[in-house]
Amino acid sequence: MSYTAKRLLLTGNHAVAWAVKRVRPHVAPLYPITPQTPILEKLTDFQSKGELEGTELLTPESEHSAMAACISASLTGVRVFTATSSQGLLLMHELLHYAAGARARIVLFNVNRTPASPWGFWPDQLDSLSQRDTGWVQLYSESPQESLDTTIQAYRIAELIGVPIMISHDAFYVSHAMEPVEVPSQQQVDEFLPPFACDHFLDPKRGQSFGAPLDQQNWNRSRREMAAAMARVFAAVTDAGKKWGETSGRDYAPLECYRMDGATTVIVTMGSMCGTAREAVDALQDKGNRVGLLKVRLFRPFPVAALKEALAGVSCAIVLDRNFSCGLGGILHQELKAALYGLKPAPKIHGLLSGVGGVNVSVNKIKQWVSEYAGAVPVNESLWVE
Amino acid sequence: MECIDYQDVDIFHSGHVACAGCVEALSLRVILNIVGQDAVAVVPPSCTAVICGIYPNSALSIPAFHTSLESAAATASGVKRALLAKGKPDTTVLCLAGDGGTYDIGLQSLSSAAERNEDILYICFDNEGYMNTGGQKSSSTPEGAATGSTPLGKTTRKKNLVDIMAAHRVPYITTTSPGHILDMKAKVKKALQIKGTKIIIVLIPCLAGWGVADDAGIKAARMAVDSGIFPLYEVEDGERYTVNQLARTQSVKPYLALQKRYRHISEEQVEQLQIHTDKAWQQLLLRADQQQ
Repeated sequence: MSYTAKRLLLTGNHAVAWAVKRVRPHVAPLYPITPQTPILEKLTDFQSKGELEGTELLTPESEHSAMAACISASLTGVRVFTATSSQGLLLMHELLHYAAGARARIVLFNVNRTPASPWGFWPDQLDSLSQRDTGWVQLYSESPQESLDTTIQAYRIAELIGVPIMISHDAFYVSHAMEPVEVPSQQQVDEFLPPFACDHFLDPKRGQSFGAPLDQQNWNRSRREMAAAMARVFAAVTDAGKKWGETSGRDYAPLECYRMDGATTVIVTMGSMCGTAREAVDALQDKGNRVGLLKVRLFRPFPVAALKEALAGVSCAIVLDRNFSCGLGGILHQELKAALYGLKPAPKIHGLLSGVGGVNVSVNKIKQWVSEYAGAVPVNESLWVE
Repeated sequence: MECIDYQDVDIFHSGHVACAGCVEALSLRVILNIVGQDAVAVVPPSCTAVICGIYPNSALSIPAFHTSLESAAATASGVKRALLAKGKPDTTVLCLAGDGGTYDIGLQSLSSAAERNEDILYICFDNEGYMNTGGQKSSSTPEGAATGSTPLGKTTRKKNLVDIMAAHRVPYITTTSPGHILDMKAKVKKALQIKGTKIIIVLIPCLAGWGVADDAGIKAARMAVDSGIFPLYEVEDGERYTVNQLARTQSVKPYLALQKRYRHISEEQVEQLQIHTDKAWQQLLLRADQQQ
């Protein structure tokens, strides 16, 4: 089967809006926030032109209410989309827990932006990483094309497993940067994504209620069931990435190993910094250095087994964190150390706080850090670098 | 004595866990009886959330989603939009909230739903405080009333939610009470005929929270209306005011005397409450008169 995809020059945010147009959610509650707003505006633009007719767009007074409407719409048995960023995601925090506990099949697109205070608008992953215990699947995207492709795949995963999924891309570096993006045809997406179906929903004919107060044992059971669902996500992400590759020619996996064959040093990072690191790896390999890149695309569930496998035999891992958990360090750095605990032989792990607050990380900087840290003795703490 | 023609279609079942004598349970039964089976309920934390029972039981035969305290109207909006998308525009979506979840923490999302004129029926069971958490003040608690957080009596007045929501120009907002079952039934029926945001505030004398006898819930509700402290009235499209019971047959004093939450107040405070009640009543009549 061949499809006629079209190639458009799109920002990361508009690429997401195109994906949403193709997946045709039934309900999309949206609230504006910089730098997410172009997603909202592109969707309302589509609708004003009659190109998004089956979607109920809802514009409540806050992200909190947007998420409340997402949860209940999903539980009423329809496909749901929302998008936000930074403060908006943080305002949703309470309801992110609610959504996961209610097993709502929501796809949320988050544009990674520094949380206030002080007030900033810059790429930093602390907003979404600080939601890592809410029970949402988290995927990170490097480019507009990946954001479009991942949004489409996310619906397949969310609806198969019964979990909410959050996809993030970096403010401005991805959200507002334009790149040629291949937009799949409607038929291509319809064939990839089955129509929305779920067995249990708010149905007057059946009278089944959701979220009623319960005892300790049943709350405990709800978490065990969420854990069992989470355990199926890695395979579902793998499968969706492969299937999407078959139809689009663009494969995706929970982790991407870039030029890691024979690499003794591996850069580990997420989001837009992967693009910069890729260039640094190319430049270093050209000069005979055995350096690779491990891109973490799936952050929750944290792909522990796959990370162990990918890093087995590597002598040094350098983690680049564009986030900072005050009192601990770079979040990816800390999580990776925990994941590799007990692995023998384990790579030496350096954690570099390298793009916190959106400060620019250049190809040359990454090359410099590799030469500085590849042979050095690692310390427990994440290190501030510039 | 009113003789009430009442046939229960059993939407709200026996076996619920309301306190003995609770008039909120009675109100739920009456309201859901009119609403019928083709409905989805949204319940934020409140007495109703508990009354409906502990998982896996439910006292409701309609489905309910237990949402967060501040989100009832937004949650109901999500249900309604999903039903519209599914081609089921006739299913009633109703909120069953308390005054904390309405006057206080839920006001923002209610305001937004009203501004969008979402097609929902919002029921506020107003027991004038956070009674489910043991009886603390909300912005619906009237002046003088002692609560867990105002042990000396609240010093400020009850928020006028009807005026606030009327200012949103919702198609229908009204007050009713479990002491006026026919009024309650008629208003629910009327609300179901109207498209857009409908709000019904039901005064619920809380036996434990207000300190009234187990069999005095209905009596307290009637006295609240008869004294004019809680008038029965409705506002349509934010402008047409109708007072449903024009007779004020008693002063506020016996109403206050019925409740332990007012037992500490002085004669001067009773006097002050009477003055405030009289003034609010006159303002209400003026608004209703101006329509004619």
